[in-house]
Amino acid sequence: MKILVCISKTPDTTAKIAFTDNNTKFADAGVQFIVNPYDEWYALVRALELKEAGVASHVTLLTVGAADAEPIMRKALAIGGDDAIRVNAESSDSFYIASQIAAVATEGSYDLVLTGKETIDYNGSSIGGMVAELLNQPFVSLATKLDIAGGTASLSREIEGGEEKLETSLPLVVSCQKGMAEQRIPNMKGIMGARTKPLAVKEPVAVEALTTVVSFEMPPAKSGVKLVSADTPEELIRLLHEEAKVI
Amino acid sequence: MVLIFADQADGQIKKSTFEALSYGSKLAAQLGTTAEAVVLGAVDNASLEALGNYGVSKVHHDANAAFNQFDAQVYTKAIAALATQAGAKVIVFSSNTSGKAVAPRLSANLKAGLVSGAIALPDTSNGFVVKKNVFSAKAYANVQLLTDVKIIALSPNAFGVHATGGAAAVTAVSLPADGGKIKVTAVEKVTGTVPLGEAELVVSGGRGLKGPENWGLVEDLAKAMGASTACSRPVADAHWRPHHEHVGQTGGAIAPNLYVAIGISGAIQHLAGVNRSKTIVVINKDPEAPFFKAADYGIVGDAFDVVPKLTEAVKKLKGIA
Repeated sequence: MKILVCISKTPDTTAKIAFTDNNTKFADAGVQFIVNPYDEWYALVRALELKEAGVASHVTLLTVGAADAEPIMRKALAIGGDDAIRVNAESSDSFYIASQIAAVATEGSYDLVLTGKETIDYNGSSIGGMVAELLNQPFVSLATKLDIAGGTASLSREIEGGEEKLETSLPLVVSCQKGMAEQRIPNMKGIMGARTKPLAVKEPVAVEALTTVVSFEMPPAKSGVKLVSADTPEELIRLLHEEAKVI
Repeated sequence: MVLIFADQADGQIKKSTFEALSYGSKLAAQLGTTAEAVVLGAVDNASLEALGNYGVSKVHHDANAAFNQFDAQVYTKAIAALATQAGAKVIVFSSNTSGKAVAPRLSANLKAGLVSGAIALPDTSNGFVVKKNVFSAKAYANVQLLTDVKIIALSPNAFGVHATGGAAAVTAVSLPADGGKIKVTAVEKVTGTVPLGEAELVVSGGRGLKGPENWGLVEDLAKAMGASTACSRPVADAHWRPHHEHVGQTGGAIAPNLYVAIGISGAIQHLAGVNRSKTIVVINKDPEAPFFKAADYGIVGDAFDVVPKLTEAVKKLKGIA
């Protein structure tokens, strides 16, 4: 069984968010980039666990991005994976990216495509569902557990106020979140080995984007905290009731 | 026509749906067209007619039992068929757990541009531009939908529920329901509390509470307010509280009307999960806690001293002392 893990390059969780070029571009100067945490901690690590358990035979990492995404792919390969593919295209519209992933998944006949539940920059939570539709495969979103035995996948997924357990067949697309696996810190052997793992570059298939980002903006600034003395906590409750009108 | 996906579970329309309906009907008024809803699976007629209270004139209902369990692939086919047949120009979802599974599939199926996590009605002065949360709600993006048919998945609690009164006409429809490959084997619900993602009031605790034995402080205040409880990541990781209560970058993202943070310093990863809350209250003994910068109200003080007094004040306010 072959697994394709989709990897996105995102700004570090603590990066300062600002925009340039008349608010049309993320200001990336001095920003450290990381593997999108949901892709790394949950999708990638679960794929590696399935391989270690003898369920999967091969784990390929895939990103859609320019050459500057390669250091991120090496970071991901340091955690694990047999090889990697980069589709050489600027990452933009979700449908465009999903179409690239679907093309790679079809060509390589992968049995399982894993994504993180969303990227921490665009927060689209859209890629997995689009890929599944393009491949005409079942899709389990926001999954917290994934096991595979005898060609059947058993999963848990988040629903409002709880969890749903379900079974489905392969091939399959899953978006992964907390619960699926635990973060792994790459060791020196992994980091050294990642340098020589194959990283193929493919040219994108021609697809029309369905959306485009016109501009970014920052939320209105908070007017500042109103402090209430610890000696009169009941004053806070009065403010919440009469001023903020939330209780 | 604006078509709104009215999501149900166990025959009950989900709360997030009322917000999506309110949004969809406002959008229809803006575009000078009608708002209609689609419901898949068994729901009683009175509940269907009541959707008119949120501005839709018509409800398309397919009661096929195949829809009683959720399969994004099957739901997508059905909604795509109806949208095409009924001539929907915009399809609206709540960006809840079903919306996150179906809206992207439908986008790929219909080749219709999707904006997920939308927080406002579109600006149609120059095309069709929808504002959405990005960078974990630390910024917004204005997204242009380039296609004739458009899909909007609304960020929960971003728009609010607006009841208008009225009843909808219910039309029985028969949509494709085949090809499902998912079999639901069990559903485990956390009982007794409002689902965190749907809660209007949330009281949350962090490491400042020192241990699980002190959680009564959080629970008592939450109970007095009628709030749900949540926690920070270190608390969930230490198993003081169950993981489903964890809010933050890697846990759940919530947007209640009121978020009360007790003994939580306010690391940027925690803020990413709660910064869409309308009112934030921070109680922390450290005046330098970063959370105060993101708060609307705060008390610098010892939670063990302050919180019981807050609970008493809430009880007094509500006349339950």
